[in-house]
Amino acid sequence: MPETRKVDDRGRIEFTKEMRKTYKILFPNMADIHFRILQNVFRAYGYNIELLTNDGQEVVDEGLKYVHNDICYPALLTIGQMISALKSGKYDLDHVALMMSQTGGGCRASNYIFLLRKALKNAGMGQVPVISVNLSGLEKNSGFQITLPLLRRALAALTYGDLLMLLSNQTRPYEKNPGETDAHVAAWVEKICAQFLQGKGFQPKAIRSALHEIVADFESIEILPVRCVKVGIVGEIYVKYSALANNHLEDFLRSQGCEVNVPGLMAFMLFKVDNRLEDIKLYGGNPLKALVVQALYNYLEVFETYTLDAVAASKRYHKPAAYREIKEMVRPLIGYGCKMGEGWLLTGEMIELIRSGYQNIVCAQPFGCLPNHIVGKGKIRQIRELYPQANIVPIDYDPGATRVNQENRIKLMLSVARENLPS
Amino acid sequence: MIRIGLDVGSTTLKCVVLSERGEILYKNYERHFSQITQKAAEMLAQIQAQFPQEARAQLCISGSAGMGFAEGMSIPFAQEVYATRVAIRRNLPKTDVVIELGGEDAKILFVSGNMEVRMNGSCAGGTGAFIDQMATLLEISPDEMNELSKRQNKIYSIASRCGVFAKSDIQPLLNQGARKEDVCASIFAAVVNQTIAGLAQGREIAGNIVYLGGPLTFFSELRRAFDLALHTEGLLPENSLYYVALGAALQADGEGFDLKDLTRRIARYTASGSYVGCRPLFESQAAYDAFVARHKKDEMRVTGCLKPDNIAYIGIDAGSTTVKAVVLDSEENIAFYRYLPNSGNPVPLVKAFLEEVYRRFPDIAIRAAASTGYGEEIIKNAFNADFGLVETIAHFTAAKKFDPDVDFIIDIGGQDIKCFKIRGGVIDNIFLNEACSSGCGSFLQTFAGALGYSIEDFAKEGLFADKPVDLGSRCTVFMNSSVKQAQKDGASLANISAGLSISVVKNALYKVIRVGSAAELGQHIVVQGGTFLNDAVLRAFEQEIGRDVVRPSLAGIMGAYGAALYAKQHQRTEWSGLLSRGALENFTHEVRAMTCNGCTNHCRLTINTFAGGKTFIGGNQCTKPLRTSHRSERYNLCDYKRELLAAFGSVHGRRQNIGLPMGLNFYELLPFWHTFLTRLGFGVTVSPKTTKQLYHLGQASIPSDTACYPAKLMHGHVQALIDAGVDAIFYPCMSYNIDEHLGDNHYNCPVVAYYPEVIASNMKSLQGIPFIHDYVGIHRPHDFPRKMHEILTRHFGDDISLRQVRSAAKAAYAAYETHMRRIREKGEEYLRLAKEKGLPVIVLAGRPYHLDGEICHGIDGFIADSGAVVVSEDSLGDEYVKAPTTVLNQWTYHSRLYAAARFIAESGDPHVNLVQLVSFGCGVDAITTDEVRKILESRSRIYTQIKIDEITNLGAVKIRLRSLFSAIGEKGGYTHA
Repeated sequence: MPETRKVDDRGRIEFTKEMRKTYKILFPNMADIHFRILQNVFRAYGYNIELLTNDGQEVVDEGLKYVHNDICYPALLTIGQMISALKSGKYDLDHVALMMSQTGGGCRASNYIFLLRKALKNAGMGQVPVISVNLSGLEKNSGFQITLPLLRRALAALTYGDLLMLLSNQTRPYEKNPGETDAHVAAWVEKICAQFLQGKGFQPKAIRSALHEIVADFESIEILPVRCVKVGIVGEIYVKYSALANNHLEDFLRSQGCEVNVPGLMAFMLFKVDNRLEDIKLYGGNPLKALVVQALYNYLEVFETYTLDAVAASKRYHKPAAYREIKEMVRPLIGYGCKMGEGWLLTGEMIELIRSGYQNIVCAQPFGCLPNHIVGKGKIRQIRELYPQANIVPIDYDPGATRVNQENRIKLMLSVARENLPS
Repeated sequence: MIRIGLDVGSTTLKCVVLSERGEILYKNYERHFSQITQKAAEMLAQIQAQFPQEARAQLCISGSAGMGFAEGMSIPFAQEVYATRVAIRRNLPKTDVVIELGGEDAKILFVSGNMEVRMNGSCAGGTGAFIDQMATLLEISPDEMNELSKRQNKIYSIASRCGVFAKSDIQPLLNQGARKEDVCASIFAAVVNQTIAGLAQGREIAGNIVYLGGPLTFFSELRRAFDLALHTEGLLPENSLYYVALGAALQADGEGFDLKDLTRRIARYTASGSYVGCRPLFESQAAYDAFVARHKKDEMRVTGCLKPDNIAYIGIDAGSTTVKAVVLDSEENIAFYRYLPNSGNPVPLVKAFLEEVYRRFPDIAIRAAASTGYGEEIIKNAFNADFGLVETIAHFTAAKKFDPDVDFIIDIGGQDIKCFKIRGGVIDNIFLNEACSSGCGSFLQTFAGALGYSIEDFAKEGLFADKPVDLGSRCTVFMNSSVKQAQKDGASLANISAGLSISVVKNALYKVIRVGSAAELGQHIVVQGGTFLNDAVLRAFEQEIGRDVVRPSLAGIMGAYGAALYAKQHQRTEWSGLLSRGALENFTHEVRAMTCNGCTNHCRLTINTFAGGKTFIGGNQCTKPLRTSHRSERYNLCDYKRELLAAFGSVHGRRQNIGLPMGLNFYELLPFWHTFLTRLGFGVTVSPKTTKQLYHLGQASIPSDTACYPAKLMHGHVQALIDAGVDAIFYPCMSYNIDEHLGDNHYNCPVVAYYPEVIASNMKSLQGIPFIHDYVGIHRPHDFPRKMHEILTRHFGDDISLRQVRSAAKAAYAAYETHMRRIREKGEEYLRLAKEKGLPVIVLAGRPYHLDGEICHGIDGFIADSGAVVVSEDSLGDEYVKAPTTVLNQWTYHSRLYAAARFIAESGDPHVNLVQLVSFGCGVDAITTDEVRKILESRSRIYTQIKIDEITNLGAVKIRLRSLFSAIGEKGGYTHA
């Protein structure tokens, strides 16, 4: 062993300051645009970090080998992706660490990190430290800290990601010159990353002006008056964004001539912070803690406003509802205490989509996802009652589900959608 | 121009030809045996022959199996449900609901009003394939099934969720001698239940109902079962098989295709895609020859005669699909054996076997006989065998003959996989496939059959495949579509065959045993079971684990062989009690069915009467109907918990009458809420005991068919409360449970926490009844009264004061504390008692709601009847503290599991063992089971897990428990329940 390792009473290897200098950190992909930018936030702070993009059956196979087959699909895939990468021979196993987010909620997802450590051990790579990214103080590492400045930059990254995702989704199906939208996305990602590395682009003023610039730039893309079926995607956070998990759902929908709307990540962040406030409201709690959480909430909300303001300035693009508004919309359907997984936000996003004209919805979840029994499948009937135009199809993803079956179900949803398309 | 609609279903191909005015000119229906493009081309050629004057035609393809080639050849495609709707709108516009069953799919289409479509996603229960599978199991044709079921007397409850479960319900019924007529009708009823439960998802099936698709067209009794369940009479329209094709034809438009050219193109069409392959099983003939030579050494010789002493020992293994029987001579050689397919009733097979034995060996002197397997009990009773032994012991006994140091045995039979580890000469860890049959022989058999091969020939095909299809490890149902996909991608039959053999092995390894590495299995591995007789499977297994294994040449009869060896080793009397030649001549066997009314389980019993009036009763969940000598003392803490809860019954009050649904967390919090509400002056109605009927009451409103069974039962409980006319129903949402300081947090699982939300959104019948499902935090006793006061005021106005709420809350917390304390005290008492009397203890660890008899299927009673003291995971007293875990320990109920495991691991008392109950579909238990196992195994303790669902078959449960008892040296400490 090159360094002395700090191991806690549960056998967890700490990621130490020394490791920070010599280790490469790998982290699994989810929302592609966001994570690519995020990667550079960490780089700017001196972390040698790499976003994993390996895909395919191998990832699933490694996952199946090292994770209980009843565990949810996202755990299986992220762990599979990391183990498969480690086994690729590209990395020095004594100088590599893994990074994974940990929410600390009542869902199984909070356990991923433990499952990852178990898997590493079983795969004979127990020496690889695993870094938990969490805001709950669950695990601490001296060599890796989410400091306030870093957090601020990460939030800026998410803000850029949300806007780029929104604009590109609303432009791509209509673009006159195929590929132009993606070229714009790539150019902006590069530009933002470069700025971040120079320590620029995350101050409020800089963000606001950049966002407006981005919108203006996308408006310059020439579009055609095509009529598209508008489809929204909601779901368990990982399956919703990750093409690896949802069998390239967005690509498939686009190939079927749809405009895709995937609600952004910032609302989810707000939701996770807001949950703490709701808990205190519902069950009582320390008012001082409430104040601190409220401050964090307000801080996040500012970033959301930046995005929404930038979109509002455009005539071409549809501005989604703010988190606050979604919360109001969902009030008749579900309690705010329902917070595990995507909680009431998932139900809320479906309503927001329907009200914005995206009444065709794919609700994507891992097979057997516990919270989605409640907030996804459990609420669809009532949503349909309130919004008869809603055309929602729940799709389960797991290693056993085949693409043919999934696409067949989605095609049915699309047939009905086309029928409802005003001619 | 004519319009052609082509419906490419999972098993069949249908076409409709329409005239320009939309009249049906021609239609055709054929099975395609997965040769889709070839058959499609043939069908188009037939159409041309019919309409020689039509050179061009408009064409539209529909059906899931047609999507690929329609896209590949740029032929218009219509999604099949959508096509159905188009056809229905045209022909039967007054239709409200369409129920369409196909080969592998089931659909409900709500046409009128708010149009909705439901398709089966993850489960093939309730489809044509399922009916075919069941018919195969019964060895009759599906048509015969229909005829037989016309003469039914009674309906058995068969798990309707999945074909695998249904099989394990049906097999014991058959083994116990249930009438085929009744079983057939029960299968149809199960299909109906599955369709309604899985697809209605909260929407009522009413109005004008239309039946479509093969199964509903061909089976009148299936339609009748639907009529019965839906209280209506559905319509089977003319052309009921062709609606998808018709809808496709109606959507065909454009310039059309040149038919001749198109037919040629389709016939030539091979998909462009390539598939993922694995390495070949054998690189060369030489490699295969070496493999064969190596396994030759484990050949078992069959002598064909007894030694001059004529002494013989007999072993009979009455398995689920086969009966195996062996005669050993005095030197443990196999003198004679039989391997017979079992079509349900093993009794006549065994009788014929014994007759043959007496004929072949006229002077035979049988010293001892033993039976094992599914049919162990009935065979032992019918023929008076000396011993009955659990299958695991039989296989272990046999394996030791081949390798005395054997440390891992895997037996893959027709429908079950049994694997066990041997540690220190005892069976230590057992893996059985309870939830999945995809790693079994029948899995291969089904595919072989579908492609028109015998399983042996089919498996052989794959031996030299160059690039076996990588099918991964997955459920049979999904495998169908994976195979379809592979065919589409141009995989040859040989490569599919090899791929399936590999996937059988992968399923066994990764789904059933869940190995991380081959080293985990053991050093001395013996493989058994008929499936391993296929060299392809054996080779795939060796390749996958990277180690050579021992396969006895008669791998299929190892259970019987082991039973015979066991009989020899345990011989107690000079002569076996097995029926003599004379007695066998007069042997008779009659079967009668009846319902036991000994308790509220109302088990459906089959009563077998043999010659001389000897009877054997099957189907019982407890020992009550057996009237055997009752153990005077029975220590079952679950009974005690049920007693405690029973004290909180329905009561009147001066305020409104509130209904409490008795399920999920109410199994623990009833004392709390009951006390709280009655103290405030409310009346309380507790929903009745769970039964299948109660479940069916609420079944139609279940939105997610993959939620756990305990959650799904809540719909029935709420409906029962509505039917009872309560003024309001109280079922609060609770993210948090009470903090018992056994974990890092005290969450409920998402389902327990939020299921009230599902009830609120999906049970229409709640309209008009206040359904109180606010978010409540009993984990903060200090804030609880104030928060609860707000909630009550919201629902009942302001005549309840905060002071009253405070005092009621105080009483409620006290009642809860008392309840939990009593359980702990009882637990301590039982543990003490067990120590004094030297009784084994089983800690039955699960969830509070596993107390529900409909959920745990009387497993607690079975263990108690076996002579062990049963205590629960929450009753372990002071020794019971937070366990260090390598996983996040944050759910109250689950923390108890870890604490209980730690308690046992630390106790060092081999008489105290843990059995974990796991509800199928419980995602959280995917984590707890591994962790509990880890805690126990860290101290070399045995971990036993039992998966429970709607399923009522206790066969697998008994195997586990009996093996456990046998492993902990409690041989004979159980009765044959």
